[in-house]
Amino acid sequence: MNTLLDLAVAAVLAGTPLLLGTLGEILTEKSGNINLGVEGMMFMGAIAGLAAPYVYEQCVLGAGGRPLGWLGAVFALIASFLAGALGALIYGFLTITLRADQNVTGLTLTIFGTGVGNFFGEYLSGRAGGYVALGDEVKAAFAGISIPGLSQIPVVGRLFFRYNWVVYLAVAVALAMHHFFKRTRAGLNLRAVGEDPAAADAAGIDVARYRYLATVVGGGLCGIGGMYMSMVTTSCVWVHDCVSGYGWLAVALVIFAAWNPARALLAALVFGGLTVLRLYLHIPGIPMQIYDMLPYAVTVLVLIVTSIRQSRENVQPKSCGVNYFREER
Amino acid sequence: MISLHMVKREELPKREQWLIRGIALMGALLAGALLLLSLGHDPLAVYRDMVVGALGSPTVRKETVKIAVPLLITAIGISLAFRMRFWNIGAEGQILMGAVCAGYFAFFQYDSMPRPLLLLVMFLAGMAGGGLYGLIPAFFKARWGTNETLFTLMLDYIALSFVKYLQNGPWKAPHSQFPKMPMLDDRARLTKVFGVHWGWILALVLVAAAYFYVTKTKQGYEIAVVGESMDTARYAGIDVRFVMIRTMVLSGALCGLAGMLQLAGSDHTITEGTAGGVGFTAITVAWMAKMDAFGMLAVSVFIAILERGADKIQTTFKIPASAAEVLTGLILFFMLGCEFFIDYKLARSREKEARA
Amino acid sequence: MDGQATTYAVQMKGITKSFGRVTANQKIDLDLKNGEILALLGENGSGKTTLMNILSGIYFPDSGTIQVQGQKVAIRSPRDAYALGIGMIHQHFRLVETLTAVENIVLGLPGGRYVDRRRAEEKVRAISERYQFDLDPRKKIYNMSVSEKQKVEIIKALYREAKILILDEPTAVLTPQEAERLFGVLRNMRADGRSIIIITHKLHEVLAISDRVAILRKGEHIGTIETADATQEELTEKMVGRPVSLSIARPEPRRGEEMLKVVDLTCIGPDRVKVLDRVSFSVHAGEILGVAGISGSGQRELCEAIAGLYPVTGGSILYNCRVNGTQVMENIVGQRSDQIFRKGIAMAFVPEDRLGMGLVGSMDMVDNVMLRSYRSTPGIFVDRKAPRKIAQSLVRELEIQTPDVTTPVRRLSGGNVQKVLLGREIAYGPSVLVAAYPVRGLDISSSYKIYDMLNAQKEKGVAVIYVGEDLDVLMEISDRILVLCGGKVSKIADPRTTGKEEIGLMMLRGRGEGEEIS
Repeated sequence: MNTLLDLAVAAVLAGTPLLLGTLGEILTEKSGNINLGVEGMMFMGAIAGLAAPYVYEQCVLGAGGRPLGWLGAVFALIASFLAGALGALIYGFLTITLRADQNVTGLTLTIFGTGVGNFFGEYLSGRAGGYVALGDEVKAAFAGISIPGLSQIPVVGRLFFRYNWVVYLAVAVALAMHHFFKRTRAGLNLRAVGEDPAAADAAGIDVARYRYLATVVGGGLCGIGGMYMSMVTTSCVWVHDCVSGYGWLAVALVIFAAWNPARALLAALVFGGLTVLRLYLHIPGIPMQIYDMLPYAVTVLVLIVTSIRQSRENVQPKSCGVNYFREER
Repeated sequence: MISLHMVKREELPKREQWLIRGIALMGALLAGALLLLSLGHDPLAVYRDMVVGALGSPTVRKETVKIAVPLLITAIGISLAFRMRFWNIGAEGQILMGAVCAGYFAFFQYDSMPRPLLLLVMFLAGMAGGGLYGLIPAFFKARWGTNETLFTLMLDYIALSFVKYLQNGPWKAPHSQFPKMPMLDDRARLTKVFGVHWGWILALVLVAAAYFYVTKTKQGYEIAVVGESMDTARYAGIDVRFVMIRTMVLSGALCGLAGMLQLAGSDHTITEGTAGGVGFTAITVAWMAKMDAFGMLAVSVFIAILERGADKIQTTFKIPASAAEVLTGLILFFMLGCEFFIDYKLARSREKEARA
Repeated sequence: MDGQATTYAVQMKGITKSFGRVTANQKIDLDLKNGEILALLGENGSGKTTLMNILSGIYFPDSGTIQVQGQKVAIRSPRDAYALGIGMIHQHFRLVETLTAVENIVLGLPGGRYVDRRRAEEKVRAISERYQFDLDPRKKIYNMSVSEKQKVEIIKALYREAKILILDEPTAVLTPQEAERLFGVLRNMRADGRSIIIITHKLHEVLAISDRVAILRKGEHIGTIETADATQEELTEKMVGRPVSLSIARPEPRRGEEMLKVVDLTCIGPDRVKVLDRVSFSVHAGEILGVAGISGSGQRELCEAIAGLYPVTGGSILYNCRVNGTQVMENIVGQRSDQIFRKGIAMAFVPEDRLGMGLVGSMDMVDNVMLRSYRSTPGIFVDRKAPRKIAQSLVRELEIQTPDVTTPVRRLSGGNVQKVLLGREIAYGPSVLVAAYPVRGLDISSSYKIYDMLNAQKEKGVAVIYVGEDLDVLMEISDRILVLCGGKVSKIADPRTTGKEEIGLMMLRGRGEGEEIS
């Protein structure tokens, strides 16, 4: 029972960066852009999210003050969002304005973002004399919260009320996005852009604007997901290749979530669980590395199963992968 | 009011097309220079050091060629799948599986057969390993249209875990404290020709072979038709599923071959870094060369210079070697962007107009 | 109108628009009066749609000015056009398939954060009642028939209070009865003071509905005349630039052997719906069998099934061919297309989607000519010698306009692309020829060239199946007409003795089941 509770909590913690990446990619794909650069944007967010509070810390310490943990966290959030958004903006400029191939541009963004993350990670580490690590104040800002009364309830308290703030932010974003697609006028317009940009254009919707906004905000969300990797998963220390594979899992989870932000919650939880399973469920005879394969192997299974049972609803927006140019003929 | 908008232009002459691409390349290097400048380095000195580090002496030139060989072979492999618009981004995994299959004979069977036979068996095993690993996603794509981009990518990570498993357990070097595989026996290593293992000769042969395969053979023709439109292929009586599987097996086999060469020619062991990003970089090579075999030869050498140079500047200037990835990304961004200016131009409306 | 000064809804002056080296509109002037129906007449490729796309904000002109109600305007997007009260109903509907009718109608409109669906539905109902449309606002577009989709498009324009409506070939996909109802609606709209431009190349429609007619030819404005003063011959001559006889030759058929026999053919589509339901017919050597039906009635599936490209659930497709010197009816159901090819079944197929199925756009003529035959040469290498010869002779015989046979076919004009495709299919001497919409998008002279080619094949003793959308042409060229409705054969009619209206009714109603299909 206790192991199960531990696993559930660990699954939520491990699933959060996946959730953010998946939400970012859902928003992007709903606009008709399939951005395979999630991994790259997460790397960019990871380094920006670490570097911003680090620089802030150094400045305050240099001036002889004491850094504020929450302010460091705010810097991390903003910087990672902007970094991810910047990656997405490059992607958007190339595909929306310059009409470059979406697949290749996304892959390039992954290469570029991975390079940028590792480059600046090592660069900072080199300047910091070995490795970058943040002070206790900022670290504390990324620890689990404690709500008097609620957090102390047995089981329920641990299961729901003791995570770090990014977890709650991610869940809130998922619910807000669900509401956005289902209910709002802008959400309806965005869905139309992703399904049939020519129809949306004829109806007077600014296709490029919607695509840019969705792609850039989506990239920002991926960036926050990357920040989670460097600030929570590796506890405020830069680890070479820290995102490794999570971005791609997030892209795959979009399919599992059937482009539905609410279902992304479940998908992220399941895959979060799979990535940490080896720590909680040990079957003798199965080496650790085989557990490492699990999330990827399950993703493959999901891909196969969803491709076999195709349906008309819950599928990728129809224009995904195709750039729109009004004057094409 | 003068208004600007984009219109499609007539096809530019080849010379001007390459001029635009050349300008884009300069733009990418300039962007890289700005980055270096902002970090307090002299960009010219850094670039010069990169070139010297990659081409300055026979020793480093050999190293550069050693980087280019697997890149080129993998790019050729990938380009076959890409021509079919099958996005094989699983070359990393196919390289590893090729190395592992060849490694089985290299590590455990090296004394049970004569040397030429051993190398031949390793050669075939490497291709079989990569080919079969490419077969899996191709089968599902052909049968059910399963998304191959993510499928091949997931197989990369699975292969990586598999190699780590072998390192830690069954194939761990005896008496080693660390989880690593043993070094190859000399019999299983490739001989050198002009100081570099003979994989480079093979790579050059493959360039010519790939050129003939895609332009002159029926199979190459079929790949082109399938890549343009599945409906047309069906109409032409092409068995699309079979062509897809055949091409992906071939694509994977070439990647597996690159893995075998890494094992037997370069690293002499298998680590989780055996593929080391070659599978991804090869995608950019194939794309920048527009899948042209001779173009890939040029681009892979260029990228190899970049990577080798990045290693050099890490020691000279303490600039992290990931600079190579950043620069590759930048160059590719500029290359992707410049195609627009080949296809479109800015047009100006001549009349004056009042805004509605 | 007497005694009143004429006011203009739209005045376009000196509009020029080019795409690459193709000039689609060359200094065009066009006026639309308030409260009139203006027909915009021209052949395919004459620049009608381009001109209207400029008016509705899809394209931006290279030069020229536009005035709406006397005010100079720049229309940079469909949004600008709507703001000026201009709404366009495109030939290929601009509707989002996965959304409902009302969602499509309110799409892109300014307003609060949330869409008030109930109010929108009420307004849609009010418009529907006024013009007697019956439309379920909550129905998803992908569940709708073509005429329903058209209603949604019209309501969408009216919902935005469009005062100027542009309809691009609105009757192309309608039956004669549906077209008549649409004209009724347009007349009501005119009575409400709206101005309407209807793009068409059908002369009888021009005469039936319009007040004035503007004629375009090869991107230029030839003139605008009062419809009351116009005759069919005069309009044709202006449209084509020379007098043409508008009748298509129909040589007397010399019916030979039965070449193809289809028995109880049944196919199931991807949505588990029967797209073909017990279809039976036969085609003889030396005749043209026309296939009519509203779009999506199973024409595409029928052609592809006959060509061995569509999975068949039941029934048989029998080809007359020679096996070891004896004449047999060979069933191709369940055989792969390369197997069929090897059996010596000489079937030629000109598919509807020329560059997406019949040809490889990025390849040159030589490589396209060998598309269906490259396998027949021995060895692993392709042989381009024979195909090059065929390609060169096609260029000569069919007068294909191309720099040379190594130009990618994508760069050729629509008519030339079709000549390459049909030419290749005929070059290999078929005994059965299936042509799906072979003149779609072609100008009149290209169309007549295609009709001549088909008739020549018929006279050579080929069994020709002609799938078309223009009922007038079908009635003229076919020896028999098979009418499809919802995947079933309504009737096989004789066009010499059957009326157009009668065939129109058969297209709407299957065998006796009097319901409109969706």
